[in-house]
Order: sequence, then structure tokens, then C-alpha cells
Amino acid sequence: MSELRLMKGNEAIAEAAIRCGADGYFGYPITPQSEVMETLMALKPWETTGMVVLQAESEVASINMLYGGAGCGKRVMTSSSSPGISLMQEGLSYMAGAELPCLVVNVVRGGPGLGTIQPAQSDYFQAVKGGGHGDYKLIVLAPSSVQEMADFVELAFDLAFKYRNPAMILSDGMIGQMMEKVELKPQKKRWTNEDIDEMHPWATTGKKKDRERNIITSVELDSEKHEEANKRIQAKYKELQEKEVRYEAIDTDDAEYLLMAYGSSARISLAAKEILRAKGLKVGLLRPITLFPFPVKQLQNLTGQLKGILSVEMSSGQMVEDIRLAVEGKVRVEHFGRYGGVVHSPEEVANALEQKLTGGK
Amino acid sequence: MKEEIIIAGFGGQGVLSMGKILAYSGVMQNMEVSWMPSYGPEMRGGTANVTVVLSDHRISSPILHTFDTAIILNQQSLDKFEPKVKPGGVLLYDSNGITRHPERDDINIYRIDATEEAARMKSTKTMNMIVLGGYLKIKPIVEMENVLKGLKKSLPERHHHLLPMNEKAIQRGKEIVLEVSLVT
Repeated sequence: MSELRLMKGNEAIAEAAIRCGADGYFGYPITPQSEVMETLMALKPWETTGMVVLQAESEVASINMLYGGAGCGKRVMTSSSSPGISLMQEGLSYMAGAELPCLVVNVVRGGPGLGTIQPAQSDYFQAVKGGGHGDYKLIVLAPSSVQEMADFVELAFDLAFKYRNPAMILSDGMIGQMMEKVELKPQKKRWTNEDIDEMHPWATTGKKKDRERNIITSVELDSEKHEEANKRIQAKYKELQEKEVRYEAIDTDDAEYLLMAYGSSARISLAAKEILRAKGLKVGLLRPITLFPFPVKQLQNLTGQLKGILSVEMSSGQMVEDIRLAVEGKVRVEHFGRYGGVVHSPEEVANALEQKLTGGK
Repeated sequence: MKEEIIIAGFGGQGVLSMGKILAYSGVMQNMEVSWMPSYGPEMRGGTANVTVVLSDHRISSPILHTFDTAIILNQQSLDKFEPKVKPGGVLLYDSNGITRHPERDDINIYRIDATEEAARMKSTKTMNMIVLGGYLKIKPIVEMENVLKGLKKSLPERHHHLLPMNEKAIQRGKEIVLEVSLVT
């Protein structure tokens, strides 16, 4: 039975993980996402679904525990915030190379370095451009409500297993800490070993007599063969770009100006859009839900009608580069955002659009 | 209907839980709600505040710079948030420890001596529920029946024996809230 609750974004991640039948969570505490593991520990899923919840000795250990779990075809996840996610980059690169699915939740805080514990969106580049070494990408989902925090857990696992690639939920301290109404889905069963054998024949579940042994590795010292392995990975990213783009378009039909924002900034930009519409400006909002794959075509379809685009991010300007690449110089693209842990107000966003794009009319 | 509220005071006064109960009451009344706390390296005795939005429609920004209602429980919060009440809005404050009272003449000001009343009722922990009662008297945006449901949902089951005391505090708050000055 589904259930209506008031909860924090971080708590929703934990509830949704148990309910979608995840097999394991491995993490290390850091503000502003510690409620994820705290909630899991309080709910004790090992007594009900059999899900493992373990506090690892570090973020480096967590991500390598994911490598092991994912290699066995298990649905495993971790969560952290910016500095912890930096520590996981090596492991993520290895998982992308070994084509292993997993879920990593980044509840972003202000950087660089230890930075601040307040919300930020300054890990966009790290999330969508790979982050670790080598030619790879993560599947990146950006929730902008507590409901989406819950819903995207299962979606991220589904995409990760479909494409055998790590997936990331890129959230931030605001969505993690705020409470909203959430409809939780009914409890699903965890996969049995037989389910895993049937659905994921690549998983190392013990060698069967009727097949060769499965090898999970990211190493291939024969360059020709390694180029083939890279091509296989790149083909997946192309398919993701074609089939898995998700976005929300609000009032874009007649829009002359476009606000583009994801996550928390999309919530604030929605309020800014209302302010600007009330002033008679035809403003729409395009909210990417998948940051990789980025809604390139959807944005290109709008360029003909637009006089300008404002990218709104709690960073010094990262997604704005992807917008510029997508519109190929056909529309003016500007950036606005507060950063370092400061959250912009709807009024600041509305003023920025007027000043940067309409000449302050 | 959309109501944007800031609740602010000292950590330990029950600011965040008052906000949570109000938000949960909204959920019980099938409204859209958001509850956004100030979070940080804060502790008991430090300042705490929470922004609560109740609306019939999808809520855009959960972080706001101006408010329909400010519920204020200490001087620092009064100084900080009095200027941020929208003209024609509501400011409700507990006068305990207040040395500079609100001065604006373009907002509706109410006072509730909740700290004093809670001491008189010998249940200082229900001070926040007395304030909540005062607010609900001024702005009855959620039905009492849903407030009690929200209260029940917010309290862990081991505290459910405290429900009648909290209900009494809410009722008492409705009785003792005072009009200070209203915009005509």
C-alpha cells in the first residue's frame, strides 16, 4: 500500500531504497546528508527485507564495497556530500570501466575543499563530465522535490542496471534537509539469486557448468581490445542521449525568455518565473531532470522563439556551458547564481533576468 | 490559498517541531506543504528558524525572503524578521525577554504570553503549542481536526500520552492571544 508522509529529502532516499528492494547501503556520515544512513539504521531493514546497511570506514571503502556488491548483481548504493564524493571518484571510474551499476547520492554542499555545509550546486561538472579519470559518464538525475528524491531511487537503479553504468542522484542541502509531502510506494521484494542469474548473466554469482566464468574488470592491456571496450561504453552513452532524456517544461509554449535550472534552483526559478510573468514578460522554465543525458534537442527546439536564456545555478556557472554548447550560439545565454552556500532568492533571479537579458526594461 | 510563514526563536523552544506539526496538519488537510529549516552548526540556546509554506497549489520556492506571517519567540528573531513581513501581513510574538517591541504600522501585530502561560500550566514544553494555538486563532487555515491528526503524526508513538496536554495548550493559546495593533 502506498503511504502519504511528511519527511525530509534525505529520509525519503532511505525509505525509498528499502521499499524498492535495494540490497545494500554502504556509507560514511557527512552533513548535510547524514539522515540517509541515520534513517536506514533506525528502520533496520536487515530485519525485514534483508537489506544490508553498513557504516564503512571511509568514503573510499564505501565505493569499493559498491564495486563488490554490484559485481554480484546486487542493487547497492551509497550517499555522501561533496568532499566525500570527491573521495569516491576513483571507484566510480573503475565501476564505469567495469560496467557496473550502482547508485550514488550526492547531497551537494558548498566547496571547494571542506567548504561549507550549506546547499550548493557546484558539483555539476564533476557529476556530468565523468569526475574520475577516463572517458566515462554517470547517469545523473536531479530531483527538485522530496517526492522526486523518493521516486528517483528506483529510477536510478533501473537505469543503472539497464545500461550497466553507475547512476547518481545529484541533490543538495536544501532538498536533503527540507520536508515535504511524499507518497511512498509499496514494499517490493529484493531480487533472489535466481532473479539475478536470469536478468543479469554478467554478474559473478558463482560459475555454472554450462558457461564460461564471468570476469568483472576495468583493465584491458591490449589497446585494440581496450578501444573496443571504450566504444561499447560510448555506444551506451549515445543510446542514453537518444532514449532517456527527462525534463519538465513550464510555460515554454509562448516563452520569449527561458530560465533553465535544475534541483533547488528550479524551485526558486519557478517562483521567479511567476514574478516575471506578473510583470508581463513571457518567461518559461526548462528544468532538466536528467543532467546526463542533457535535454539538448528539447532546448534546440525552443531556440527559434527565444530572445535569451538565463541559466540559474548555485555555482559560478557550470550548466551554462552545456546550454551554450546545445544552442550553438543561436541565442544569448547568460548565467546567474549565488554560491559558496548562499541560496539565491526568487527576486534576485527575476532581477538578473531583466538586467542581463531585457536591458533592465 | 497560499500562506508563507517564518517561525523563529531559540533552539530548544520547539520552533522546528511547531513548524512540523503545522506542516503535517496541512498534509492531513490535503494541502501542498514545505518545511525548510535553517540548518548549521547550531545548538541549544542558539537561534533556530523554519520556513513553512501551506498552499492549495504546487509550491515553488521553499526558501523565502518575505513572509505572510512571522511567528517570533526571541528578540534577535524579532529584529531580523519584523522587516520581512509583507505589508498587511501578520506578526505574532511572545513578549518574554522582548525589550524592543514591534514598531511597524503597516502589519497586523499580535502578542501571546505563551512562555508565562506554559509556566502557569506547569508544562513549559508545550509553550510552542500555545503559540500555535494563537496563530490558528488569527489564521484558521487548517481545521482543528487536522491539526490534531498532524500532531499525532508528528509525535513518536511513545509520546502519544502527551496528546491531550498538547491539545489543551493549543486551545489555551487560542484564548490568550492578544491584538496589539491592526492595519485598518
